[in-house]
Amino acid sequence: MGMTSIFAISGSALTAQSQRMNVAASNLANADSVTGPDGQPYRAKEVVFQVAAPAGQEIGGVQVSGVVESSAPEKLIYQPGNPLADPQGYVRMPNVNVVEEMVNSMSASRSYQANIDVLNTAKTLMQKTLTLGQ
Amino acid sequence: MLDKLDAALQFQQEALNLRAQRQEILAANIANADTPGYQARDIDFASELNKVMTQGRASDTSLSLTTTSARHIPAAGTSVPTMEMLYRVPDQPALDGNTVDMDRERTQFADNTLQYQTNLTVLGGQIKNMMSVLQE
Repeated sequence: MGMTSIFAISGSALTAQSQRMNVAASNLANADSVTGPDGQPYRAKEVVFQVAAPAGQEIGGVQVSGVVESSAPEKLIYQPGNPLADPQGYVRMPNVNVVEEMVNSMSASRSYQANIDVLNTAKTLMQKTLTLGQ
Repeated sequence: MLDKLDAALQFQQEALNLRAQRQEILAANIANADTPGYQARDIDFASELNKVMTQGRASDTSLSLTTTSARHIPAAGTSVPTMEMLYRVPDQPALDGNTVDMDRERTQFADNTLQYQTNLTVLGGQIKNMMSVLQE
């Protein structure tokens, strides 16, 4: 309880937000990966956030409860010369929405910064408390 | 004599403790700003401080069940509710059910930080007064 658990709460948020940023980076990097190890186009991933409250407590940090695949439809582009094209000349592209991923990574970075601020404030307050009465 | 010293500092001590707890709640709100369905929480500082000063601080020792067999049903310890946690009323509800308003939380956090530091300064002054009296 008290100030020390702020480190746990904000620290968990930092982990979760950096994982979100990782996933966004992977999605952006693979926005044009037409084929993967299984021969299928890359599918966009999304993180799912969940409250991580200790048993019997109402407040807590945040955790990534899972990474799910986006259910958005794949994009089809007409490229008859592509070796991966189907008989009609269409190539299946990853279902990554580049604009959405950029917004996602910016939002994650803002939340990360907010939590860093919280951590710094808590640290300053603890240091001030330690010098109480001197 | 020592209990008199304790009583002299008790108000500031309890206020500081509540400020630290509120700081934790606000940190949790900021941490969960992107969690779907999370509802922002807060406490009414004045009424909580009043409650602590009149009824004393509720103990936060939680009871838990010791299981000695794999077939026992584990039960989560129910801790005594130390304070009344309220929900924030959102003025811009989000589609995913999250009611954290980042601007409001950051403002409240900064305000609480300042109040905590004020409290520390006042408490430090009281301790200094005591010290100077003791050294007379």
